[in-house]
Amino acid sequence: MTAAVLFQNVSRHFGRIRAVDGVDLEVAAGEFFAMLGPSGSGKTTCLRLIAGFEQPDTGHIEIFGETAEGIPPYRRNVNTVFQDYALFPHLSVLDNVAYGLRMRGIDKAARRREAAEALALVKLPDYGGRRPAQLSGGQRQRVALARAIVNKPRVLLLDEPLGALDLKLREQMQEELKALQQALGITFVFVTHDQGEALSMADRVAVFNEGRIVQVGAPAEIYRRPRTRFVADFVGSSNVLPPEFTERHGGGRRWSSLRPEAIVIATAAPEGSGPGSLAATVLATYYHGATTRIVAEAEMTRLNVLVPASAGLLRPGDRVWLTWQPDDLHAMEDHA
Amino acid sequence: MSAAAEAIRPPRDGTLGRLSDFLWRRPGLFLLLMLTPPLLWLGIIYVGSLFALLLQSFFSIDEFSGLIRHEFTLKTYAELLRPSNFDIIVRTVSMAAVVTLAAGVIALPIAYYAARYARGRWKAAFYLAVMLPLWSSYLVKVYAWKLILAKEGILNWLFAKLHLTWALEALLAIPVIGGNSLSVSYIGTFLVFVYVWLPFMILPMQAALERVPGNLIEASADLGAGTGQTFRHVVFPLALPGIIAGSIFTFSLTLGDYIIPQIVGSSRLFIGQAVYAHQGTAGNIPLAAAFTVVPIVIMGFYLWVAKRQGAFDAL
Amino acid sequence: MRSDRTGRSGRSPLMLKLAAGAGLLFLHLPILIIFVYAFTTEEKSYQWPPPDLTVKWFAIAWERPDVRDALWLSVRTAATATAVALVLGTLCAAAVSRTRFFGREAISLLVILPIALPGIITGIALRSAFSLAEIPFSFWTIVLGHATFCVVIVYNNAVARFRRTSGSLIEASMDLGANGFQTFAHVILPNIGTALLAGGMLAFALSFDEVIVTTFTAGQQATLPIWMLEELVRPRQRPVTNVVAMLVVAVTFLPILAAYYLTRDGDQVQGQGK
Repeated sequence: MTAAVLFQNVSRHFGRIRAVDGVDLEVAAGEFFAMLGPSGSGKTTCLRLIAGFEQPDTGHIEIFGETAEGIPPYRRNVNTVFQDYALFPHLSVLDNVAYGLRMRGIDKAARRREAAEALALVKLPDYGGRRPAQLSGGQRQRVALARAIVNKPRVLLLDEPLGALDLKLREQMQEELKALQQALGITFVFVTHDQGEALSMADRVAVFNEGRIVQVGAPAEIYRRPRTRFVADFVGSSNVLPPEFTERHGGGRRWSSLRPEAIVIATAAPEGSGPGSLAATVLATYYHGATTRIVAEAEMTRLNVLVPASAGLLRPGDRVWLTWQPDDLHAMEDHA
Repeated sequence: MSAAAEAIRPPRDGTLGRLSDFLWRRPGLFLLLMLTPPLLWLGIIYVGSLFALLLQSFFSIDEFSGLIRHEFTLKTYAELLRPSNFDIIVRTVSMAAVVTLAAGVIALPIAYYAARYARGRWKAAFYLAVMLPLWSSYLVKVYAWKLILAKEGILNWLFAKLHLTWALEALLAIPVIGGNSLSVSYIGTFLVFVYVWLPFMILPMQAALERVPGNLIEASADLGAGTGQTFRHVVFPLALPGIIAGSIFTFSLTLGDYIIPQIVGSSRLFIGQAVYAHQGTAGNIPLAAAFTVVPIVIMGFYLWVAKRQGAFDAL
Repeated sequence: MRSDRTGRSGRSPLMLKLAAGAGLLFLHLPILIIFVYAFTTEEKSYQWPPPDLTVKWFAIAWERPDVRDALWLSVRTAATATAVALVLGTLCAAAVSRTRFFGREAISLLVILPIALPGIITGIALRSAFSLAEIPFSFWTIVLGHATFCVVIVYNNAVARFRRTSGSLIEASMDLGANGFQTFAHVILPNIGTALLAGGMLAFALSFDEVIVTTFTAGQQATLPIWMLEELVRPRQRPVTNVVAMLVVAVTFLPILAAYYLTRDGDQVQGQGK
């Protein structure tokens, strides 16, 4: 099956800044694909390369098997939901949604009907007559979404679409986006700097850093088996442990990651100290509601431990023992 | 849902569609096409004319035949330093300086009030109250002052009604700035200049004052400064770029004007009048050109100082 | 701002109020006086107060062929110069605000130069260029001079609006299948339209009123301001001049008010432009 989006060694440089530097990428058709990374890591430029707002300096881009470089955005059957929504302020909501159909020469009655359907799909059926300025941030976001999906694009690009929304609305939109993607079967490419968002919504995640893709994989794989210290740091709040520590605890001489919730904490020494057991001192505890984060120090190394809030109360200075499954101490590619 | 729709649409038919594709692929060419008409107009015709004028200031006029000698010389510039010509320059620059100062003093309360106290409808009214005089006809404004300053006009009438004619006569008796009547004295010229350029001082000043955060003024008052102290130490320094920006206009406009002193004032010339006279009846284009270089040089220096003070942000 | 309504900073000092009020009176009274003079019965002097009031000068001024010709020439010049300025100013603003390129600053400076330099310099430079190139004075020489300083008015208004318009609107339009021309017609023009209209009106007002550059580029032709200037220097028909002065004020006020209402939400009218 042809890939929805294919990058072959694509680079895009702005002067001396290598925004995208030799990226290879394959997004499967019908996939919900997230591009995750800090700002300036090249993920947005990649999105703009797919949309056609940027052209690669070198390399080759295909969309569903067709060469995309040199093709203007208006000839790509790809639509974008912009970070600032970019709704046309001089048009009504309905005319905004119908804009793409109008540009393709679809007659007025048909495009009004389709636009109304798209608005219903994003749960704004009666908002067609309003102006974008009369909508809330969340509603604008839905209109932007409707304006894109009404064209039935082969690939839908979303540039930090939830960034401007407050937490509650964001969680709700995450669910709706996911449901919408499954219902429509369109390939979604989603740019975000929020690892939680990427992990919870995407089928696969590409982690970007400094213009390159550091790791691509399913969310669980990225989370459990980060390839580098950067991924471990950026995705989740893993304990990143130095090579000496890894070596002492049964791994090779490499940096390793150990997820805080994989550590079991005990106030009494376990019977027979195995490789995954460590005496430590509690430095601080932070109450998070459902969980409590405990900062403990062992072997001159600080470790974060996440325990259910119902677990026994610990105080700074308490002596504890930390244990984990050997498999959870994940050795990464970075050498000493 | 038509999953089989193509991912790349074929090029649109028609000239416009193809042209759009063509220009999209060559953004540099597109930019060039956009810039060519204005650049041709302003860059070639306008700046070209300016350079041609500048060039002519390095020519001289043959005193006997009255023809222009097309040889490079600084003789024309030397003529500027002759007492009669140099007086014109000094007179114009002094007038520009005094006008700028007076405009600043009158503008400040208006700008300050509009920026700090006027809100909502009042703010809009203030803005329009400055914009309308700024944009209303320059000649009509000068004409209005000719009416006001005329011997039988409203000002003399007002002084007579208030039994203050003696004060006006005392004012006109002052040497140099006085004269037979207001309309033929420097005082008259000065009044008209201040009036006509005042809005150009108010707007940038207000813009600058509006950028002074209100909480700074509160902070100053909070720290025990009186109104005067707050103004001197907080408001004025922060508004200075705007004041300088406004003064660029009043100064430059006064330097180059030749109509106001011609209509209201004594018969002594200002730079603008000298330029007009030399290029017109006298036909001495080189000297006229050299005279125009004076305001350019002065304004160039002024702008350089203003830029260093950050005045351009207030423009 | 709540803090401005309450507390010490909320009330304006009386002195400031008086000074500001006096300043505004100083700005407006002279223009109002013109309106009174247009109705005076006195023909030979500028006598105040007017001995009596009449409206007969309006009819007399309207019948004067020289006034009519001057008015017509001014309207044609202003309309043509505005049209040229709209095209050039919009092109320039679009290029400067949509693309980053070498020399942007230089272009901004170039556009501002005709109003930054005293008008007499622009005038004499154009005049000497005309005589060097042996171009005879005509309608078009006046238009050329006027368009040169009108460009900046349109440019300033358009640039301010472009800056306020989100850059992603154009990308959104192209993303939705509109090519460059469709994007211009359906997105760019509707969004900058009122700014262009405002700029055009201000440019019209500026051109309609311009005298300094015009004296150098008109030759023997008389625009309305040139006609007025001659009356100012050698008064012949005082009452007619009074009426024309009032007419000029009225003609320039309307576009300025209109321009203000077109652009008041957001960017200010770019007024520093004469």
